[in-house]
Amino acid sequence: MNYYLTEEQQMIKELAAKIADEKIKPVALKYDEEGTFPHDIVKILADSDLFGVYIGEEYGGFGGGIFEMALVVEELSRACGGISLAFAASGLGAFPIILYGTEEHKQKYLPDIASGAKLAAFGLTEANAGSDAAGIQTTAVLDGDEYVLNGTKQWITNGGEAEIYTVIACTNRAKGARGFSAFIVEKGTPGFSFGKKENKMGIRASVTSELVFEDCRIPKENLLSREGMGFIVAMKTLDRTRPGVAAQALGIAQGAFDEALKYSGERVQFNKPISSFQAIQHMLADMAIQIEAARCLVYQTCRLVDSGEKSISKESAMSKVFASDTAMKVTIDAVQVMGGYGYMKEYPVEKMMRDAKITQIYEGTNQIQRNVIALELIKGLKTKK
Amino acid sequence: MNIIVCVKQVPATNEVKMNKETNTIIREGIEAIINPFDTYAIEEGVRIKEKIGGKTTVLSMGIPSVVDLLKETMAVGIDEAVLLSDRTFAGADSLATSYALSMGIKKIGDYDLIVCGKQAMDGDTAQVGPGLAEKLGIPHTTYVRKIEEIKEGYIRCQRMTEDGYEVIEMPLPAVITVVKEINEPRLPSLKGMMRAKRAVVTVLTAKDIGADSDLCGLKGSPTQVVKTFVPVHDVQSEMIEGEPEEQAEKLAKKLLSMQFSTSDSTEVI
Ligand SMILES: Cc1cc2nc3c(=O)[nH]c(=O)nc-3n(C[C@H](O)[C@H](O)[C@H](O)COP(=O)(O)OP(=O)(O)OC[C@H]3O[C@@H](n4cnc5c(N)ncnc54)[C@H](O)[C@@H]3O)c2cc1C
Repeated sequence: MNYYLTEEQQMIKELAAKIADEKIKPVALKYDEEGTFPHDIVKILADSDLFGVYIGEEYGGFGGGIFEMALVVEELSRACGGISLAFAASGLGAFPIILYGTEEHKQKYLPDIASGAKLAAFGLTEANAGSDAAGIQTTAVLDGDEYVLNGTKQWITNGGEAEIYTVIACTNRAKGARGFSAFIVEKGTPGFSFGKKENKMGIRASVTSELVFEDCRIPKENLLSREGMGFIVAMKTLDRTRPGVAAQALGIAQGAFDEALKYSGERVQFNKPISSFQAIQHMLADMAIQIEAARCLVYQTCRLVDSGEKSISKESAMSKVFASDTAMKVTIDAVQVMGGYGYMKEYPVEKMMRDAKITQIYEGTNQIQRNVIALELIKGLKTKK
Repeated sequence: MNIIVCVKQVPATNEVKMNKETNTIIREGIEAIINPFDTYAIEEGVRIKEKIGGKTTVLSMGIPSVVDLLKETMAVGIDEAVLLSDRTFAGADSLATSYALSMGIKKIGDYDLIVCGKQAMDGDTAQVGPGLAEKLGIPHTTYVRKIEEIKEGYIRCQRMTEDGYEVIEMPLPAVITVVKEINEPRLPSLKGMMRAKRAVVTVLTAKDIGADSDLCGLKGSPTQVVKTFVPVHDVQSEMIEGEPEEQAEKLAKKLLSMQFSTSDSTEVI
């Protein structure tokens, strides 16, 4: 389907596709097996200027938005949903600065993120605060000109590899979620270290680590927005970046579908290619329908987010739920179409099936997204009365 | 340093189809790409420029649509592009191509180094690089796999051979043709692609470069393609062990036992 991308968007998509096909596809299995971070691919992405697509021109970027970011994530994810996450999670770490940073913050951090010289990361989740993000325990106490951070963040994507972290911590426990604040913490700050590195089912090329703060002192200027705004910073950021997860899911689904379709034409059983069996044909048709529907929703949501529209939680949640459920279903079916070969590591679909799962879990599980959608629906009902 | 990189448009397939009547390559209906060997030439040109400064110009002879391919080279760091395009150039063999390119290079003027791919993927002659050097009256080295040193008026490079390499020094200006071992071509960058989109390619005709039409295109092409085939290399080597005297003796015996006759080594194609 023609989505009438602008010439620039088309160029971004083409370049990301080229990198995915020529550079990522050949190494995706290797990184999956080793579970190591793809420094060489990150360097290629940096050299390609793609890290700057969603950052303003005044900070060395291309002045695009979530749509441009999503186009890159989708294309890279076709080849590897884990490697693409190094790119996407840097965006997640950067958006609090883009949305709430002062001019000084932006001047200081965005150019390096745009050039890919530095990766960013976003730290909200803790051991006892997952879906219930309001339960975080990490504290930040103002002491003179510095905030002192204590606590541990868990499962932080790009943890240890990123240089710039946006972290949510309590500045006033009595106020609950209204007592949270958002901070920028640089790697190398004394008292800031990295704990356990996770061994995961999928997206194994992505690194997921603990961030450990032990009397970590950061300049007072590293506060984003005001004290008490931390929860809002986190929620508004996630509302904007969620279509990025949707794009990751979309790319994984497309990658799996492409493999299954190609294979169905090559595999001969009962003297015919399996693509001649209606059971396979209908599975392929259903996969294609769901992918295209997901793409429509994801692209349109990106356009909505980039338009500056204020109320985007529902749409952003919908795009993430639909695309990630699609990715899960399509990758499972891709394995099915390919039979035993699909189950083997010689073919990439078993990995895609493992990679797809995370998109239903992080940046808010699909259950939580459905809660958000339903709440918005009910809110709409009340205001109509 | 002014570097000129010569590139050719080729069909994007390794199965080249020949027109049986004219024995020339059928180019219709096949996606066109830059000859893959030339992408190493482009990369090397850009690397030299990045290292010691200067300007890179890409030069090609071809149909007007080659302009788009030349723009692509500007996305990976080439500064300027010149296309020689004229009906007079049509049907050129490697001699006429070398001539036209040499005239184009003279028109561009100031140059220190000319870089070509080792051969074109379609014709496989590997003659244009050396031919160009002869037309320009400058030295050349083929199959360059590494540039050891390059500076004003001087280049030292490694020329790949079947069983190793030679180190060759040349004064500049000179021509080199490069093999794929020399580098790994970069991907375009977004900034480069944006620049390429806006870039203007200079298109020159035979008249613009003062080319003699009798030496261009089909008219200037004496080559007759009688037959095409892939030569087979199946040299087998054997190491002779022992003291030098023993080795010499074994070798002599071996040679004598082989009873070379001249009759089967004179087959000419
Ligand atoms: C690989 C990976 C990378 C991650 N990267 C980051 C990162 O970079 N930064 C970051 O801050 N976090 C990150 N996370 C954390 C992620 O966002 C959380 O895992 C996610 O929000 C869910 O929290 P949880 O895992 O604690 O699940 P839980 O909250 O414990 O949920 C368990 C189950 O209960 C369901 N559930 C919970 N509450 C409700 C409810 N009210 N109604 C209905 N169902 C409910 C959930 O849907 C889920 O099925 C990452 C996680 C993973 C696995």
